[in-house]
Amino acid sequence: MPRVALTVNGKAVTAEVEGRTLLVQLLRENLGLTGTHVGCDTSQCGACTVHVNGRSVKSCTMLAVQAASSAVTTIEGLANGTELHPMQEAFREHHGLQCGFCTPGMVMSAIDLARHNPEADETQVREWLEGNLCRCTGYHNIVKAILAGIKAMLGNAPRGKSAKSRGTSS
Amino acid sequence: MHDFKYARPASLAAAATLVKKGGADPVFLAGGQTLIPALKMRLRKPSTVIDLAAIKGLDGIAEKKGKGKDKGLTVVVGALTTHAAVAGSKLVKARIPALAALAEGIGDPQVRHRGTLGGSIANADPAADYPAAVIALHAEVVTNKRSISGDAFFKGFFETALKPGEIVTAVNFRVPDKAAYMKFAQPASRFALVGVLVAKFGAEVRVAVTGAGASVFRVPDMEKALAKSFSAAALDGIKVSPKDLNSDIHAAADYRAHLIGVLAKRAVEACG
Repeated sequence: MPRVALTVNGKAVTAEVEGRTLLVQLLRENLGLTGTHVGCDTSQCGACTVHVNGRSVKSCTMLAVQAASSAVTTIEGLANGTELHPMQEAFREHHGLQCGFCTPGMVMSAIDLARHNPEADETQVREWLEGNLCRCTGYHNIVKAILAGIKAMLGNAPRGKSAKSRGTSS
Repeated sequence: MHDFKYARPASLAAAATLVKKGGADPVFLAGGQTLIPALKMRLRKPSTVIDLAAIKGLDGIAEKKGKGKDKGLTVVVGALTTHAAVAGSKLVKARIPALAALAEGIGDPQVRHRGTLGGSIANADPAADYPAAVIALHAEVVTNKRSISGDAFFKGFFETALKPGEIVTAVNFRVPDKAAYMKFAQPASRFALVGVLVAKFGAEVRVAVTGAGASVFRVPDMEKALAKSFSAAALDGIKVSPKDLNSDIHAAADYRAHLIGVLAKRAVEACG
């Protein structure tokens, strides 16, 4: 079986996996990181969104072996001890969830947007969420949470080093 | 998903050798945004998956001057360049904004972070966006063996001119005077129900349509009319026959034929 070595939430990880093992299976089944969810398993719902080398991807549509030598961040890698990441805090504050199933993917996707387009307005947030489906909230509070989360990330960010120090980048 | 052998060659030569030794049905993996779903659904059962990701020099965007009588500027996009990289490229936005906009409209952000130009055109999905750009922008598809004119690249439904073991390394898009891509997206998949790319090169106009037929095609009547007068009104009365167009639960052939006319006009208008 192929051996894959990568970094997950800042820690070096090696695992023996089958060629067909998906990244999300490696995360959930080998590493026990079950915060990353599998919703549709067809690259549409985005519940499995994680960061690979700083960009959001669907971990159900990537082989574990493709992540070799990459830095992966999952929802478990965001909080600083008991202190939530500003985007997580914004989702809590604005009640950007109901059942919570899509939330890990929403948060990971939102942080990618915040980093790459911190000026995003409501329309851009809604467009960005094309790849994240929520079947409960109707998105309204999710969008509110993301707009607030982006502001909070900007506000909290000592220029140029925040992402890394919070363990959300690579 | 059936299991397979996984290989990650470091060079094109090594990849070619693996194809020869790869058993009955080796397959190349680029971004995997189509291949991996196809593997999951067991639509593909390759013996070996040959991941191209470790091969250097297959991604990136540059521009170059044409040679010989063709002095035109081209934008060269490496085969493993992601849709997000094309969409965000300052060079592409400056030279061929229609191409950047097309890439920005593919799938969703996460798909665009993984999906690649080479993977898209090698797969030749009839509803993919890039084939319209390859045809309308006079592209040349470069492989590890030769250079293929864009016009000769797409052969039909999921079929290209690529031979077994041939790997797309880059696509050279000619820079048009103006161009615009208009897509009526299938609302769930964001694939093109119909997409029309109109490009003007001096006196020549190209109109390429994706999503409507078994493979991308041009509309000569529209091209002639636009070459005479580059205006949306020049397309009045020009109909595309629904015969041979796709018909499915999302859109009937006559609806797709109608959309071609509407989107072509919008594209001309967007060219300004």
